[in-house]
Amino acid sequence: MKYIDEFRSKEASLQIASEIGKRAGGRKITLMEVCGTHTMAIYRYGIKKMLPENVRLLSGPGCPVCVTEDSYIDRAIELSCKKDVIITTFGDMMRVPGSESSLEKQKANGGDIRVVYSVLDALKVAVENPKEKVIFLGVGFETTVPTIASVILKAENENIKNFYVMSANKLIPPAMEAIVSGDKVYIDGFICPAHVSAIIGSLPYGFLSVKYNTPCVIGGFEPTDILQSIYLLVKQITENRSEVEIQYTRAVKVEGNKKAQSVIYDVFEKDDAEWRGIGVIKESGLKIKDKFKEFDAEFLFPFKYKPVKKNKECICGNILQGINTPDECKLFRNVCTPEEPVGPCMVSSEGTCAAYYKYT
Amino acid sequence: MKNETIILGHGSGGKLSHDLIDKYFLPHLKNSILENLDDSAVFDLNDSLLAFTTDSYVVEPIFFPGGDIGKLAVCGTVNDLCMSGAEPLYLSCGFIIEEGFSFDDLEKIVISIKQSADESNVKVIAGDTKVVAKRSADKLFINTSGIGFLRKDYKISGSSAVVGDKVILSGYIGDHGIAVMSERHGLSFETKIKSDCAPLNNIVRNILNEGLGVHVLRDPTRGGLAAVLNEIARQSCVTVYINEDKIPVREEVMGACEIMGLDPLYIANEGKFVAFAAPEDADKTLEIIRSCKYGESAQIIGEVKEKSKGKVILKTSIGGERIVDMPSGLLLPRIC
Repeated sequence: MKYIDEFRSKEASLQIASEIGKRAGGRKITLMEVCGTHTMAIYRYGIKKMLPENVRLLSGPGCPVCVTEDSYIDRAIELSCKKDVIITTFGDMMRVPGSESSLEKQKANGGDIRVVYSVLDALKVAVENPKEKVIFLGVGFETTVPTIASVILKAENENIKNFYVMSANKLIPPAMEAIVSGDKVYIDGFICPAHVSAIIGSLPYGFLSVKYNTPCVIGGFEPTDILQSIYLLVKQITENRSEVEIQYTRAVKVEGNKKAQSVIYDVFEKDDAEWRGIGVIKESGLKIKDKFKEFDAEFLFPFKYKPVKKNKECICGNILQGINTPDECKLFRNVCTPEEPVGPCMVSSEGTCAAYYKYT
Repeated sequence: MKNETIILGHGSGGKLSHDLIDKYFLPHLKNSILENLDDSAVFDLNDSLLAFTTDSYVVEPIFFPGGDIGKLAVCGTVNDLCMSGAEPLYLSCGFIIEEGFSFDDLEKIVISIKQSADESNVKVIAGDTKVVAKRSADKLFINTSGIGFLRKDYKISGSSAVVGDKVILSGYIGDHGIAVMSERHGLSFETKIKSDCAPLNNIVRNILNEGLGVHVLRDPTRGGLAAVLNEIARQSCVTVYINEDKIPVREEVMGACEIMGLDPLYIANEGKFVAFAAPEDADKTLEIIRSCKYGESAQIIGEVKEKSKGKVILKTSIGGERIVDMPSGLLLPRIC
């Protein structure tokens, strides 16, 4: 733990925060942290209050639960009503509101829904319950997908026939392009995700610095990592540079983790995907290849399109893109609370509204 | 989205539990004693001040590192009594047993109840047993009620915190919650953490015998330190400031929390308490707590700074500041 303590040093943090102020001068700078884990760390350590007022942080689309389209959760709930189905999921999905219910409520009503801590645990449930169909809700970014892919390969190798994945896995760089190419919000620089970048490396962000002149820094999750990443971005901006830099050098290499990358594309292929609030982004999703369709829950249980019921005043979509902050939403704290959420950003442990509600 | 039925979160000690009390229990059962909403009900009987409390124990697994459901059932109720400043005297013990439960395990638990009762200097003087069909209960549930005697010169209540009070925490937080979670099926890591389950009446007696200005005592069980500090802040209408640097958390607990994306402030404890003490008596109170078994690692973690609607503010370890909110719902591990 001593190793981590160095990245939580009060002296270093205060010093970097002061350097950020000096370097920015009075210039207004808007940065976006893309990843939900960064968002939570920023709020949890009170980092916003340490920055000068002219350096603003916006939260981006990097919470996998939050960007999952509404219809996905409705389909998961529909599956949970089937008699011979066990739904396995990471905890974050349990409270996400669908049109009429949530997985947590389905569980209270008798649905067999189990929170697992890893995809391997979901496979174990399948082995222990050979007569049931065990569906894992695959919701994640490049960080989570290699483990999902490797578990599908393991299921194939071990001839496990009752394990399925319902994939809503997504890729981060296309979403960043959707934000920076739009005209709704101006971003001076990105704090790029830490764990996603440990898998994909720094090269996939290159187009942001070249085509859109947007500086990028891949930052770690500890408070001094985040503050140093902000400093590096402010330095690039004030020096009129736009490059992709790696602050989180202890985990991220330029080329990333090649083995993990190849496992992803052994099992998945790129596909257009719908992002909650943003819409369809080309080649931003990962669907299970035909070769592995026997593990694809959507192949096993084809769904009919059903319209999604949602509260029109919920602005989660705008919040995910940094266009609005949670306190600009009419529902925030009044109608939408962690106990009675309207949108997923309020319930996911990495959601911007949840962070805002809990820590401010 | 409205909750139309009870969900597990209603039992988690956070906002949903409070909603349940406010919307369904208090409107029908409210009276001048119940409405105080302290750990024990305090009432006058023939000129004696008594404290009475009840709690049910449904922990899974029933045996965990550092304790079992029997020890928990005694310590939990003893601690609820002494957090009102009472000297615990007698307990009742109700067992709801699922058919098929082993005699050996039952006896182990009863022996554990006896040992904990002896350590706490209380007697079990009434009991009840019910056996229910398979799957109508999970192995064994225990309810204990307890009665204690209260000194008249003390008014300990969650609503008694005042500006200037120092907040003392009696030791490391999160041990019980992490010990139980790591034993629970499905969590594929092991820790050496043991539950902190322990009776606190000896420490409390020593504090009260000194006649120190202690205004609030409360044990951070379900919902953790965050929940009790918020309860006290709201009951007393004050803002409580705490320093992250001062809060004792074991490395293993911190590590487990980081893996699961949990905050140790929200993890359950079964052998810790917070005391709000007048500034002039805070050091002496701390000294007494530290001199007692189960209080060796006590720390002053913060203070009450101003009147308000009830807020808890944390000075973070790196010099930032944030709100500590009431927990909401069950603790659920994160995705990545």
